[in-house]
Amino acid sequence: MNGIHDLGGMAGFGPVAAEPERTEPNFHADWEPAVLSSMYATLRLRRWSIDEFRLTIERSAPVDYLRRSYYEKWLVALEELVVRHGVLSAEELASGRVSAPPSPNDRPWTPSFELPDGPARFTDGQAVRAVNRHPSGHTRAPRYVRGRVGTVVRAVGAEPLPEDAAAGVCTPQRLYLVRFEAAELWGPDSGGNDAVYLELWESYLEEIA
Amino acid sequence: MSGDDHDHDHDHHDHDDHHDHDDHSDVPPDVALRAKALFSLLADKGIVDPDGVDRIVEAYEHRVGPHLGAKVVARAWVDEGYRQRLLADGTAAVQELGIGGWRDGSRLVAVENRADVHNVVVCTLCSCYPLPLLGVPPVWYKSAPYRSRVVMDPRGVLAEFGTEVDPGVEVRVWDSNSEVRYLVVPQRPAGTEGMSEDELAALVGRNAMIGVERVTVTPGDVAG
Repeated sequence: MNGIHDLGGMAGFGPVAAEPERTEPNFHADWEPAVLSSMYATLRLRRWSIDEFRLTIERSAPVDYLRRSYYEKWLVALEELVVRHGVLSAEELASGRVSAPPSPNDRPWTPSFELPDGPARFTDGQAVRAVNRHPSGHTRAPRYVRGRVGTVVRAVGAEPLPEDAAAGVCTPQRLYLVRFEAAELWGPDSGGNDAVYLELWESYLEEIA
Repeated sequence: MSGDDHDHDHDHHDHDDHHDHDDHSDVPPDVALRAKALFSLLADKGIVDPDGVDRIVEAYEHRVGPHLGAKVVARAWVDEGYRQRLLADGTAAVQELGIGGWRDGSRLVAVENRADVHNVVVCTLCSCYPLPLLGVPPVWYKSAPYRSRVVMDPRGVLAEFGTEVDPGVEVRVWDSNSEVRYLVVPQRPAGTEGMSEDELAALVGRNAMIGVERVTVTPGDVAG
């Protein structure tokens, strides 16, 4: 979805406010590792994919996305996911008291990274265009590459297609490392010899006519 | 509790600056309570280890952090065979040094800075980061200013870290949109020829392995 999470190429957020590397703590509050721990533990239950987790965050209202801290975004998504997938009931979450075991996990998420049958559609060095598609759900093709022409550097194996994975369906698809010249993405005023590299799923790409 | 949390917001917690929508600036007071409530419920159901918070804090404090990435970089600097294996298959090469723990399907790719190429890593869509190698990401890496700008104006962002890149050097930005995770192998600074692998590793910081800074050496580092 063309959500606020898709930040690449936006302006107006100001300079990067980096804390000094030597003094920045791993966590800025004691509840943050509780969220991280909850995230890891629930992901291991295999009730949802990392893409469903990401989509849940992406669906938050833009103003909330920008206002919430990183771990707060995770917390809000986890609260939604544990109820959606029967880990906790809404009553348990509201009361803070456990009343029943988790529901059975009748559709465990089991990702596959197997290469699909058949030959790769694109070859190293081939010029390709990122498909200009604007799905209403999850995607890992950022807006800034859509419709742009790049060059396949190499094929890099397979991963579940994020669009399907977000719905709990595993469709392994070939991935390609693609180089996009800065001028193709950002216009003639951008750094002349700079480039952006991404890994794009096969269906995110098309041949140049 | 929430007051304590806000004390950690440091000096960029500034409501007058509308640009500074940085992380953890506006944490509502109930967030800490909700996070702990969720964790307790999961513990009561046997899903998280009740000691999980302490274990995670301890792990990232003492065992998993940028010192692991630094070890990989220093090894690549001193061992040409290892360097080649690292560039060919990052996941396997760091496993050689006992570094694993990648999530399902995650792969590590090492990209090397050269005299004519400078690499920098981002995740524009969320905040993907090589945790098993570098620990938890810094707040700025996850922030909107970094994620929005580094793909479009990498030289401007690097300059904010004090890193000027010569116009003749190509800047490559690696957007971590798949399950690949990137490690930048910085250039070994001049004047370090006599240093041991451990001494070299001590020079390599997290920001250099994200690619926003270079590894530098000060006279004190080479005195020994």
